[in-house]
Order: sequence, then structure tokens, then C-alpha cells
Amino acid sequence: MEEVIAIAIGVLAASGVWLILRPRTFQVIMGLCLLSYGVNLFIFSMGSLFIGREPIIKDGVPHDLLHYTDPLPQALVLTAIVISFAMTALFLVVLLASRGLTGTDHVDGREPKE
Amino acid sequence: MNLMPHLIIAPILLPLLSAAVMLLLGEKHRPLKARLNLLSTLLGLGIAVALLQQVQVNSGPASIGVYLPGNWQAPFGIVLVVDRLAALMMVLTGIIASCALLFALARWDRAGASFHAMFQIQLMGLYGAFLTADLFNLFVFFEVLLAASYGLMLHGSGRARVSAGMHYIVINLVASSLFLIGAAMIYGVTGTLNMADLAVKIPQVAAADRGLLHAGAAILATAFLAKAGMWPLNFWLVPAYSSASAPVAALFAIMTKVGLYTVLRLWTLLFSAEAGASAHFGGDWLVIGGLATIACAAVSLLAAQRLERMASLSILVSAGTLLAAIGFGQPALTAAALFYLVSSTLALCALFLLAELIERSRSANDIALEEDNDALPHLHESLHPPKGVNLDDEQKAVVGQVIPWTMAFLGLSFIACVLLIVGMPPLSGFIGKLNLIAALFNPSGLGHGSASLGFEGWAFVTLLVLSGLASLMGLTRVASSVSGRPRTGPRHCCGAMSACRS
Repeated sequence: MEEVIAIAIGVLAASGVWLILRPRTFQVIMGLCLLSYGVNLFIFSMGSLFIGREPIIKDGVPHDLLHYTDPLPQALVLTAIVISFAMTALFLVVLLASRGLTGTDHVDGREPKE
Repeated sequence: MNLMPHLIIAPILLPLLSAAVMLLLGEKHRPLKARLNLLSTLLGLGIAVALLQQVQVNSGPASIGVYLPGNWQAPFGIVLVVDRLAALMMVLTGIIASCALLFALARWDRAGASFHAMFQIQLMGLYGAFLTADLFNLFVFFEVLLAASYGLMLHGSGRARVSAGMHYIVINLVASSLFLIGAAMIYGVTGTLNMADLAVKIPQVAAADRGLLHAGAAILATAFLAKAGMWPLNFWLVPAYSSASAPVAALFAIMTKVGLYTVLRLWTLLFSAEAGASAHFGGDWLVIGGLATIACAAVSLLAAQRLERMASLSILVSAGTLLAAIGFGQPALTAAALFYLVSSTLALCALFLLAELIERSRSANDIALEEDNDALPHLHESLHPPKGVNLDDEQKAVVGQVIPWTMAFLGLSFIACVLLIVGMPPLSGFIGKLNLIAALFNPSGLGHGSASLGFEGWAFVTLLVLSGLASLMGLTRVASSVSGRPRTGPRHCCGAMSACRS
């Protein structure tokens, strides 16, 4: 399972970085989305990966980390998801404003000269 | 009930509450919102001063105020901590915010919606970032202050602002991703996010995990250094700051210092001399990066034409100086850097505010000169003043009516700003730079024997003096073009003084 998660994070981050470096604003916003997905998965995996363990204490199960997964990264990733979602929405507004003001979707606000 | 411990969280709650009230008031009631904003900002400054007084009176470890917002025990819950450094930065923020707000109330707060609410949210983020003692909580407050700064950056709209603002947002979103990666890696290695607890855990990290810890710290530092404006992560800063409206740019003068504050806080805490194999990790990078920042910004200062650009570049010079001074890791030098930080931040804030006034009066003067040159003024033109000229109460162009004492005041303030930024006597900028150089030569205090500087030390001293000279030449060039005639005499004289200073 570690390999699958690691490959997923790597692919998401690599395509995110490539898209951020593209010249069109829509590509940049898609890149930021993918990068934040990769980061969220990364935070999640930092709390160690197990199948069938819960982060919340249950009756009848001993209270130690052998029987539970670390709840803190899951709490952190929730915060990170909310924040990155809000920031992407905000960037979308600026993207549209820039499109309206400059008439182009190039990140520099003008088309490159041929 | 003793209210004093609860004062620690007041600087975060107060702006949050007043911003919420302002948003509930809606689009109308602008005068009321302005008054509420001013009241809240001044109250925040008062609280910051009270906290500074509190930590200053009882010196020693007992003076550090700790507040547990959720009443969870320290390594598990979020902690707010106020010590002298945090209180100093908060007082500085309060002063700059009050000045920027008073400036904005004259004109700028009418240039767009929700200025006052965003201003308060920005203050909440700034105060929170200075107070928190938890790595992830720091991320949250960074996002709060950044979200507000995106709005403030675009305040007033316009093509240049939106274009520079978009770059600013992308850079900061990527930096936030790096922040999260770094924080997650450090948590993965040490199992804690509490800053004080991290300082305890880092010496015990196994040798096999140390590389991972260092990688995490380096990624985290990249995020902070991008915000602090270290070369080569600072190309976003000059366009963003010089296109922001004047009060916003003045408030942003403290934003790069937030990055510096976190670098200083985390680096001295996590990689102190007691950190075992990780002691002083990355200090050389801070010094080299700081020196490169000073050099690049000083060269750009010589080429800059507009005063706003020059102020933004001076921010970079100040950031580079502070980074290099912190990177040496000597207490005396860090203390000198903190003095320099206060003095230069206030001067840069004032320069951003002055730049707008000076540019405004300069554009009025330019038109006056053109009209004087007209041998036969057309009747048509005198009836319809050219576009973009301010009109007075009687609908006549305010051209050639510039009140002398206003100009004199602006000129004197500008000279004071230049003296502070360049670091010439008799103002505090001189003491700041002199302190830095003195601390470099005498790490254990004056009269306790001097130390050999080494290459980095000499490079720092040289760049410190040369950057002062570069800003002097750049700023006097702008000043002489404002007054309309070249003044070469004073420039040479001042240059010689600056060279004599060291």
C-alpha cells in the first residue's frame, strides 16, 4: 500500500508542478489543485498507514497506538483541505478579474510576442 | 478573577470580533466601520503595549506568558506564548497598523469594498502568527493573514494590481504547500508540533531519521524565506509591493518581517547549540542568502526610477541584512538585528506612505511647469483643465497652488526617512547599523576583546556599508528629480559621510 500512496503523491505533485509552470491561468489553477491534493495525501500518510484501524477510541480495544492510527494528521489534513479549497476559490476570482481586465488568460496579462 | 492571563488571546479575538461586526453591517455605514476599525486597531496596540510591559517587568523565564486556549495540556493542545520578542513584534505591528489606517481613512478606504474588515483580519493573522507556539497553528494564522493580504493587495483594483496580485497569490499558495510538506515531515519524525516540545525532541532524533528531519526543516524554511524575501525567492515582492495602494504597502512592510520572525523563532529554538548533531543547521545558508539578497537589492536600487519601487527594494535590503545577521547565530548580533528591524520597518512604512504623497505633488508640479512654458496659453485649455489634475473647491486646477509648508514638511519627512534607511546619524538607523558592525567585531560585548571576522563577516560589513551608499544614491537621485533640478553637491558630500561611517 505504501508504494501505491507514494506513487500517487509523486504523480500528483509532479503534474501539479508542471501545470503551475505553464503560461495559462487555468493550467496554473489546475496545477495548484493537484499540488494541494498531493500535499494532503502526504500529510495523511505521515501518521503511518494501516488498514482497519480507527483514529477514534472505541470500547473494548486497548488504548495504545498499536490498535489505533494517529488521529492528529487526519485532523491536520481536514484543516489543510478547507484552507486550500478556500484559497483556490479566491484565486479563481482573481483569475476571472484578470481575464476581464486584460482580455487574455496569460499569467502576465499580455500575450507573448512571437 | 485575574484577567491578565486572558489578555494574551485578546489581540486575536478583538480583530476577529470587530471584523465580524463590520461584515454584519454590510456595504453601508462606512463612517461607522472606519471608527470601529480605528478603535479596534488602537485598542490592539494598547493590548500589545500592556503585554510588552508585563513581560518586561518580571524578567527571566517567569515573564513568559503562556495561554492554553482549549485548556489541553501543553504538548497536546494549541499554546499561545508571549515573550519579549513576540510582544515587541506585536507593538511594532500595532504602531504600523495605526499609521497605515489613519493614512487610509483620508482617501483609500473608499477605493473598494470591505477594506476595514480585511484590515482587521490581516491584523488578527499578524498577531496570531506572533503569539502562537504551535507549528500547525502558525500555518493557520499564516493563511489568515495571507487571505486578507490577497484582498488588500487587490484593493483599488486596476490592471497592474490584479496582474501583480495574481503572481503574489500563486507564489504564496505554493509556499503554503511547502509549509505543509515541511510541517508534516517534522511531525512524522518527531511526533509533535509544539515548538518548545520540538526543541526537546530534536536532540533525541535517531541518526537514521536526522536526514529526513533536516529535509523537512529545509522545506519549511523555504516557505518562510519566500515570505521573508530572500534572494532568489523574492522576485514577486517588488512588483506586488510597489503596485499595492500606499496604506496597504505600508502594512505589508511588516509582512516580510513575519517570515523573518518565524525563521528567527524556529531556527534558534530547533537548531540551537543544544540540538546535538543538528546544532546551527543551515546557518551558513541564511548568511549566504542574506548577503546575496543585500547585493541584488542594492544593485536594483541604483536602477530604480519610481519611489514605490525603491521602497520595495529597501525592504529587500533590510530583509537581507536581518537574515544574514540572524544566520551568524550570535546573541549580540541578533540583539542588534532586532533593534535594526524596528527602526528599518518603521522607516520603510513611512517611506511607502510618503512615496504616494510625493508622487502626487510631483505630478501636480509637472503640469505647472508645462503651463509656464506656454507662451500663448489657449483659452480653451484654461477653461478645461487637463484630465487627471486635482480640482479644488472652486473647480480650478490645484496647480501651482501647492502650499509651501506642506512641501517643506514632506521634504523634511523624506529626508528623515532617507537618513533612517541609509543609516546616517543622528537618527536610529545609524545606531542600528553601528550596533550590527560593533556586534560583529565584538561578539561578547564592547571592550571584551575582538574576534576575527572571517570571509562572511567581512562580506557582511562591506555589503552593509555599500548597500547604505546605494540606497543613498538612489533615494537622493529621486529626491533631486522631484525638486526638478539636479543636486550633485550634497550627494557626494553624503556619500563621503557614509563611507566615513564605518
